[in-house]
This record gives sequence, C-alpha cells and structure tokens, in this order.
Amino acid sequence: MEKLLEVKDLAVSFQTFFGEVEAVRGVSFHVNKGETVALVGESGCGKSVTASSIMQLLPMPPAFYKRGQILFEGEDIVQKSEKEMQKIRGNKISMIFQDPMTSLNPTMRIGNQIVEGLIKHQKLSKTEAEKKAIEMLNLVSVPQPEKRIRQYPHEFSGGMRQRAMIALAMVSNPELLIADEPTTALDVTVQAQILDLMKQIQDKLGTSIILITHDLGVVADMCDRVIVMYGGQLMEEGTVYEIFKNPKHPYTRKLLGSVPRLDMSRSEMLHSIEGTPPDLYKPPKGCPFYDRCDEAMIICKDHMPQRDYHTDTHYSCCWLNHPMAKGVAEGSEA
Amino acid sequence: MTKYILKRFTMAIVTIWAIITITFFLMHSVPGNPFATESRKIPENIMENLMKKYGLDKPKSEQYMMYLKNIARFDFGESMKSNTETVNEMIARGFPVSAHLGVQAILIALILGPALGAIAALYQNKTPDYISMIISIIGVSVPSFVMGSFLIQFVARNVDWLPIGGWGEFRHTILPSFALAMMPLAQFARLMRSSMLEVLNQDYIKTAKSKGITRTAVIMKHAVRNAILPIVSMLGTTISNLVAGSFVIEKIFGIPGLGMFFTTSVFNRDYTLIMGVTVFYAMVLITMMLLVDIAYMLIDPRIRLTKEGR
Repeated sequence: MEKLLEVKDLAVSFQTFFGEVEAVRGVSFHVNKGETVALVGESGCGKSVTASSIMQLLPMPPAFYKRGQILFEGEDIVQKSEKEMQKIRGNKISMIFQDPMTSLNPTMRIGNQIVEGLIKHQKLSKTEAEKKAIEMLNLVSVPQPEKRIRQYPHEFSGGMRQRAMIALAMVSNPELLIADEPTTALDVTVQAQILDLMKQIQDKLGTSIILITHDLGVVADMCDRVIVMYGGQLMEEGTVYEIFKNPKHPYTRKLLGSVPRLDMSRSEMLHSIEGTPPDLYKPPKGCPFYDRCDEAMIICKDHMPQRDYHTDTHYSCCWLNHPMAKGVAEGSEA
Repeated sequence: MTKYILKRFTMAIVTIWAIITITFFLMHSVPGNPFATESRKIPENIMENLMKKYGLDKPKSEQYMMYLKNIARFDFGESMKSNTETVNEMIARGFPVSAHLGVQAILIALILGPALGAIAALYQNKTPDYISMIISIIGVSVPSFVMGSFLIQFVARNVDWLPIGGWGEFRHTILPSFALAMMPLAQFARLMRSSMLEVLNQDYIKTAKSKGITRTAVIMKHAVRNAILPIVSMLGTTISNLVAGSFVIEKIFGIPGLGMFFTTSVFNRDYTLIMGVTVFYAMVLITMMLLVDIAYMLIDPRIRLTKEGR
C-alpha cells in the first residue's frame, strides 16, 4: 500500500517560562492511502500535539520542532514555510476539532465558513463555491442545506455543527483528515451518527483519516490500525485485531481493561490505571509507564525499550518482550 | 427587530419626558430668575411685564404643561436673554459645530483605538505591545482638558503647526478632536487588546487557520470582528462622554459649540435655553444609544435572535 504520510522520529517541545516541555519525544508512524489510523492515549500524552504539528498549527513560539521529519506525499512538512503550509492546510490536509460548539466562528454564516478555504484553494467563484457547500452539507445529511448555509452557528445543534465542521473539512476533498476527538463533546446517540458519516465519506472520497481519541469503542468500530501513545512516545502499534486480541504492552492492556463492558457483573470493579502520567517537563529516562506499571522491572527505570515486532504490522516497546523476561509477560491480565 | 425598535422608541420617549420634568422643576427651584441677575434693579412694572411676556407669572403647573405642549412640536421657545435668536436657532447654530467635533473624535478613537489594541495583542509582550500600552495608559490617566492644554503648548505654540484655537477651517478641528479622542482611544485600545487575546485563543481561530487562509484573513475576518464586540457595546456610553467632554474642550479651544450655551445659560438662569439644551442633549444621547444597540445586533447575530424572541 502507498504511504501518504510518514512521520519519522518527530519531537516537538514547548519553550515555557520554567523550561522546555517535551510534549512529543520521537514518534514514528505512517498512514497509508485510504486507511483509518487511531491515535489513542490518555489526556496529555501528546496525541493532539502530534496531530497539530502535522499541519503546523501549533503556535510557534512557544512550540518548536526539535527533530524529525513529517513526510507528506514525499515532502517534509517540518521544513515548509507558512506560505507553503497555507497551500496544504484545508486543501490536502484538513482537521476536525473536538468541540463543535466553539470551533465555528459565531459571527460568520455557516456557508461562508465552509466556502472560505474552497474559494482560496480552488479559485472558485462565490456561487460555484456555494453550490459545492450545499452539496457537501447534503452529503453530511444536514437537512435544507440551501437554507442552512445562510444561518449562523448558534442556530445549529451540537450534532449539526459537527456535521457542518466535517463538511467544512471535507469540502476541498483533502487527502488526509485529522479528526481530533470528533465525538467527545457529542452525546452518545449523535456520536454513532457522526462516525458513520465519516466512514461513508471516507468510502466515497478515499480519504485517509487519523482519528485521535481515547474512546476504544470508537477505535474498534472504525479504524484499521491503532497507535498507542503514552508520555510523548509510541508504546504499541498494530492492526485493530492485533491490539484488541493480543495487546503486548502493559499500558495497552490496562487501557483495554479500563473500558466498561456490558457483560461485566455488578460486583466487578471497573479498572482504572493508578497514578498520573509523567511530567514532560522532566521526562523519564526509561519507559514513561514505569511508575504505573505492575510488571515493571529494574531495567525499565533507566532504559527505554526498543520496538519489538510481533508480526509485520504489530510492535510494542516493552522490556517484557526481551528473552530474559520470558514468562513474566505470559499469563498476565489480558 | 421592528418590534424591538418600537419598544425602545417608546422607552426613549418616556425617558425624555422624565428628563424634562426633573430638569423643569429643579431649574425653577433654584433661587433667582432670568432678569434678576442684572446689576441694576429693574422697576417693578417692567419686571411684571417681562414675567407676563415669558409666561412666568402663571402657576408652575401651567407653565409645565405649556412647555410640554411646545416640546411636542419641537419648539423650545424663545431665549430669555437673546432678543435676536430663538432657542431652536441657537441649537441649530451650535450643534453642528459640537457634532462635527464629536464625530471626528469618535472616528479617531474608533479607528486608532482598536487598531492599537489589535496590534498590541498580535505582538503580545513585544515592543509594539509596550508602545501601544504606554500610549493608552497616558490616554486613560490624562484628562482631556490637560491633554488639550498640552497639545496647544507643544503643537500650536512651540512649533506653530496648527492654530491655538478658533473655528472655521479643518485645521482648527484637528487639535480639539485629538484632545477629545484621547481618552476613548486609550480605553478602546486596552479593551481591544484583552478581547483580542481572548479571541485569538478560541477554537474557531484554529479552525480558520486550518482552512489554509492567510494570516491577514484570519485576523481581519475571524479575530477582529469577534474581538470588537465589547467595544461596540461600550460605544453608547463613550459617545455620551464625548458630548459631555466637549464642554471643556470647546471652552479651551474657543469653539462656538453647544457646550458654550449650556454653561452660559445656567449662569444666566435662561430658563428656556437651559431646558432646550438639556432636552436636546438627552434626545441626542438616547438616539445614539439606540443606534449603538442596533449596530450591535447587526454585528453579533446571536443578539438578534434573542431580542427578536422577546
């Protein structure tokens, strides 16, 4: 399969008053054409920073690229100027944000917000662009789009706004869509509709999607591959089947274990992961999950494990994979 | 929208009526009358004639009703001091001058203030930010009459670029307009800076950026329009401050505006002129505030909906 996006050893830091915060510390992954990749992890693990840095959307300063490459269609985004990025943003890469209530400009008509990028990138006239906006709103199942494009965001419900947001992101038919927790702020019934919608549009237009989420149900439902992120680093990556069926990293296992299930008995406690994620102002030398890991060994404290491939598509970064730790990893909670 | 404006209009009429009533009785409760202030004593029978001519011999309630009747026809009556001009004519002569000054000052404040604030926000904690905040601190803390005197000293007397005072040509208006504009300009700049900083951190700015439009388009179309809302809501009070402030500025620069009539009329107990100028100002201010509210509705669609729904 053809690689659309390849991130190589990306590190992004923030220069703050107290010193450097290393939000992303050397991540490498790729996204193929037409596939959906999930980036999962808890709050503050660097998912959103990774995603925003793909579009150069982080405020710089305080943020800066420390090292690494982001190859999009073979070109390095890290090296691009603001002018060059403007040609890519909203044209080849689009983004959907978490909260549809605040991501739309309250003083601008929905139609104008949708066509704004389109007019710039495809040099369309206002009427042509508007026609496309109506088509797009139709595609995302917003009823009466001719009327709706003249309305303001406050006249839309939350779900409708997120649909408008998707229309806005997809209207110029981008190669890559980054969805930063697109359903977190919506209620459950609407969540499913929005996810279905994204899948439909993907089928129709062949867009690749990076889905950032901490909702593992969403991941199982919609993604091809899963990347597990923790403390600014990648812990494990594999196909959805591999990750859910055979999680290798203790963090992935704990993450899966903390999802409530319908078949759980009432007396069973919902698992949580004790402790807090590491402070990335002073990132740990070894495995970032060391403090919270039940299976931690002495080596984990000061040495970061390498990637160990279990299959062609599945790797994890954990010392338990090491031959000398054999036996510990087997039979633990899964 | 029409319903809302109609409602506001009715309210405005009631407000003006209240102002008329309060001013009328306050004014008449002040000792003295328009003719008693003359240095020489007026003979009894002449005084009686004068009182009769201006209707001051009638009971207060009757005078009040008469006045209301005239006001309804926008007739402010005759000045008790000037034999050549009616109050309407005096306002017609003075108001264009004051309005000219006020409008020019508001325009200066409204263009430079938000621009200064927006620049400060975009270059937060850098040199442009410090410069514009120093300007606005000076503007807020120096009263307009001090500012006026300074301008006269440094721009008119020391270097002789502009006239010290007087009225007639455009160059006469420059210094008083700036003196008058300084305070609201500074307030606008400070307000714009903080609201712009807030808006720039909003999610929709990130959305706008993610569309790939230019930085200028993000700032002008998305940030400024939202950031300017608090300033628009402040505009009503600011306009009233400018009109009040122009009394002092008109005095300093020797401008024949409405402010001059106001002070002299009070000293002279010129009843009709006091009433005329006060009521006229009230009308202007109320109209301005109504216009500002309508402007606010046009800029912020959310307001439009809630007020229609009422």
